[in-house]
Amino acid sequence: MTTTTTAVLVPLLPFLGAVAGLLLGRRAPGFVRPLAVLPTVAAAVLAVVVAWRQGGGTGEKAIDAAVELTPTGSVPIDLALHLDGFAVLVAVLVGVVASCVQLYSTAYLRDDPRYPSYAALVSLFTAAMMLVVYSGDLMVLLVGWEIMGICSYFLVGHYWETEAARTASLKAFLVTKLGDVPFLIGILALAADAGTFRINGILTAAVSGDLAHPTLIALLLLAGVAGKSAQFPLHTWLPDAMAGPTPVSALIHAATMVAAGVYFIARLLPVFAASAAALVVLAVMAAVTMTGSALAALAQDDIKRVLAYSTVGQLGYMTGALAVGDRDAAVFHLITHGAFKALLFLGAGVIIHAAGTNSLAAMARTGGLAKRIPDACWTMTVALLALAAIPPFSGFFSKEAVLGAAEHAADGGTPGIPGAAGWTVLAAGLLTALLTAAYATRLWLLAFRGKGPEAPAHGREPAAMNAVLWVLFIPALGLGLAAWKLPDWFDGHSLTPTLTTSVLGTGAALVGGLLTYGAWRRTAALAARTPMGAVAADPGASPAVSEEEAIATHEAVYGDIASAKDPADPGRLLLGPLHRHAAAGFHLDAVYDALFVRPVRGAARLAHFLDREVVETYVRGASTAPGLLGAAVRKAQTGNVQTYLSALLAGSVVLAVAAVLVATGA
Amino acid sequence: MTGTGLTALAAQAPGTTALAAKAHGFLSPTGVEVAFLLVGLVTLGAALVTVTTKQLVHAALWLVVTLGGLAVEYLLLTAEFIAWVQVLIYVGSVVVLLLFGLMLTKAPIGRSPDADSGNRWPALGVAVAAAAALVWVVTDAFRATWIDLEGAAAAGEGSTKVTGEFLFRHWVLPFEALSVLLLAALVGAIVLSRRENGGRR
Amino acid sequence: MHLVYPAVLAALLFCTGLYGVLARRNAILVLMSVELMLNAVNLNLVAFDVWLRDELHAGQALTLFTIAIAAAEIGIGLAIVLLVYRNRGTADIDRLRDLAESGQHTEPADRERQAEATA
Repeated sequence: MTTTTTAVLVPLLPFLGAVAGLLLGRRAPGFVRPLAVLPTVAAAVLAVVVAWRQGGGTGEKAIDAAVELTPTGSVPIDLALHLDGFAVLVAVLVGVVASCVQLYSTAYLRDDPRYPSYAALVSLFTAAMMLVVYSGDLMVLLVGWEIMGICSYFLVGHYWETEAARTASLKAFLVTKLGDVPFLIGILALAADAGTFRINGILTAAVSGDLAHPTLIALLLLAGVAGKSAQFPLHTWLPDAMAGPTPVSALIHAATMVAAGVYFIARLLPVFAASAAALVVLAVMAAVTMTGSALAALAQDDIKRVLAYSTVGQLGYMTGALAVGDRDAAVFHLITHGAFKALLFLGAGVIIHAAGTNSLAAMARTGGLAKRIPDACWTMTVALLALAAIPPFSGFFSKEAVLGAAEHAADGGTPGIPGAAGWTVLAAGLLTALLTAAYATRLWLLAFRGKGPEAPAHGREPAAMNAVLWVLFIPALGLGLAAWKLPDWFDGHSLTPTLTTSVLGTGAALVGGLLTYGAWRRTAALAARTPMGAVAADPGASPAVSEEEAIATHEAVYGDIASAKDPADPGRLLLGPLHRHAAAGFHLDAVYDALFVRPVRGAARLAHFLDREVVETYVRGASTAPGLLGAAVRKAQTGNVQTYLSALLAGSVVLAVAAVLVATGA
Repeated sequence: MTGTGLTALAAQAPGTTALAAKAHGFLSPTGVEVAFLLVGLVTLGAALVTVTTKQLVHAALWLVVTLGGLAVEYLLLTAEFIAWVQVLIYVGSVVVLLLFGLMLTKAPIGRSPDADSGNRWPALGVAVAAAAALVWVVTDAFRATWIDLEGAAAAGEGSTKVTGEFLFRHWVLPFEALSVLLLAALVGAIVLSRRENGGRR
Repeated sequence: MHLVYPAVLAALLFCTGLYGVLARRNAILVLMSVELMLNAVNLNLVAFDVWLRDELHAGQALTLFTIAIAAAEIGIGLAIVLLVYRNRGTADIDRLRDLAESGQHTEPADRERQAEATA
């Protein structure tokens, strides 16, 4: 089997698995689990094989293969593969995380009646992501891109019985589509300028400066990327998307789909690099996203929303790295982040099940969680350390690579990159490092160091869930060592930590962690005095049921979907007056409401009014006139045959006379 | 007048009689014409009374006069067989049937004030208009057409012999079909008019 | 003889019958008027046959047929009138208004007469 054939099989297998799962789901329930897990695992193995065969490297070393299915007129669309170091490694990440999630889901949604469609959608999603990763043609990439969007919509709305899930799925769909429209226009403009949809051709055109409108194209594409990768100002759907099941959050909204935007920019970096303005916009976007989401994460009460804002922030690091022109660092961070964030989410699923709630405030008043779920406790501790970028865990190395690249650009060491972008990313990155450590510490302290009565016992967590945690634990712990090896696979930029940024970044992280610890020591005493909320979920049910109930009851119990009025929250002490705004995501939803929702509703009311009062008047008039005419004609229908006959004969006479007159030429 | 076209149409008919008509003016009528005119007036008057009288049985009797007058007109037109058929069938049977009908529907004897419906004036209008149109067209078209009655009478056109010959030589198939029709009408009339419970009685 | 005489007489007879059909209330009087119209046609046929003198004598033959058909028609027509009279108690055409929208055709008086007729 050639490398190309193997690579084709990678997206194809999960796709076939999804089709088979959808077809057989109801008739043969016994096949659903194998059909969900096996194709995905096989795809992951094949992705590893492809990576092994390709052996890394970009440019000359990349493997290209293309088939033109049918002529399309002006710009040809090819089924093209483009396998370089980025593609094969990201594919390995996607395959591994997807396999872990499928395994985890077999236990997590074990009693769910909609598990077959769920598993099929996850498989379909995996196939689409693989397609995006391997595709060498922008149109084919767009196909995968949109399939991922629709899968995300369905999976976020998996618990459609709850109001939160319904609105969240709609919001996720609409917001990402809002970005996808300019994205499509951008792709078409790019193809029009470059004369091809093939990524290779576009990159050649971009490097040789053949693009007529690089800034416009870059900004249009940026809108789609911001929507998909949850960057400011289109990030608001991601925290709400946590209303979906935890494995979905881990796969789609942490590790892979949201990374697609970053991956896309990494693929087309020369196009963005052709426009300094686009890079500055990207840098500012990344900076705002990073700091804002970190602040918001510090104020969230729902454990999954903390992780969601953390995802937004980490994606900000990646776009920041791209803004300073270093895609090696961006993809490195993408890979490590995919590993430890998937671990964090899957661990959060275990915690929610064990604690029976998704509220950190309630967990802080529940003792003994750490003892009950030791696997989740240990693996999540490591993942949180990686997230906070404490050496020697994986997150440290990738984040240092980003900060190092930013510092390099700030010095003016990178040609073609504005220094302003470098400084923006560096400053925001350091501030975010501090905040990230703060919210990671808060999460750990509140979840595992809670004091109070124990939650009702649920028995041991399923083995499949714990095993997956340990599988992901390995890359979360040790993937940082790849920093010395990865440059061979990528463009060759150095990814090893530099002294300045290491000291600055680690120092900031330590400061953030210690500050939070201090605040927690002060507030923990308050916790015992202010009882909070209720443990909502019923023990013994499957984890998915616990989660669904927790999500559905959070707003009723705590008054808000995102935050809780908990005076014992260290985040409240640290943020001070900012807490209220941070909890609401800096009121961005309210702004959108005022800017878009209300005008649209007003327009809809106007259209409704016009339809009701104006258009329908015509319709009614159109029916009234014939009605009146009919009433008038009905008067003539007396039922008297002689009357009818008289009229008939009178008409005949008139016609006959007329005919005679015409015939004689009068 | 506008009848020149119709005159031309009529002129295409057999030419000898049309040309001969020039010799006969309307102011010097022949004896047959006078007789035809007088009988025609009687016939028309009887018809008018038939449709206007308020006594239903009288209407049937005036119908007899009309139909008889028409039989005389047929005789004047040398169609003697048809004249006798007219007398036999119409005067003999149809009018009797009508009288039976009047009796069976319990028609009042004597004047009935509601013999005419409310549709009378529109009906009058339509009838007068139709009459005006028809008379105008007919006179305009045939004012110069002459019927050679002497020739017809000499050839015995309307005699029973001639009638029998053409009827059973050229028209035998329609004639037989008509007899089937009559049979069907006979059966239909019986089926329709028998009472529902007649079989049980 | 001028052809105009029988032709005009036929036209006038026809229109007289027409008036009768349209104006008479009793169904049997209407049938009589129909007979008048048929006879007008017959007169026309005979007159034109005598004038044209064609070999088939189509005019006279058709006259005979018309007479036969008229006899059939009067038989069926009377049967129908009789049936209507039995069912509705009247042979008045302007009372037979089932085709009109509202059911004004059966007035109370009619019902009584119908009851009499069927008794």
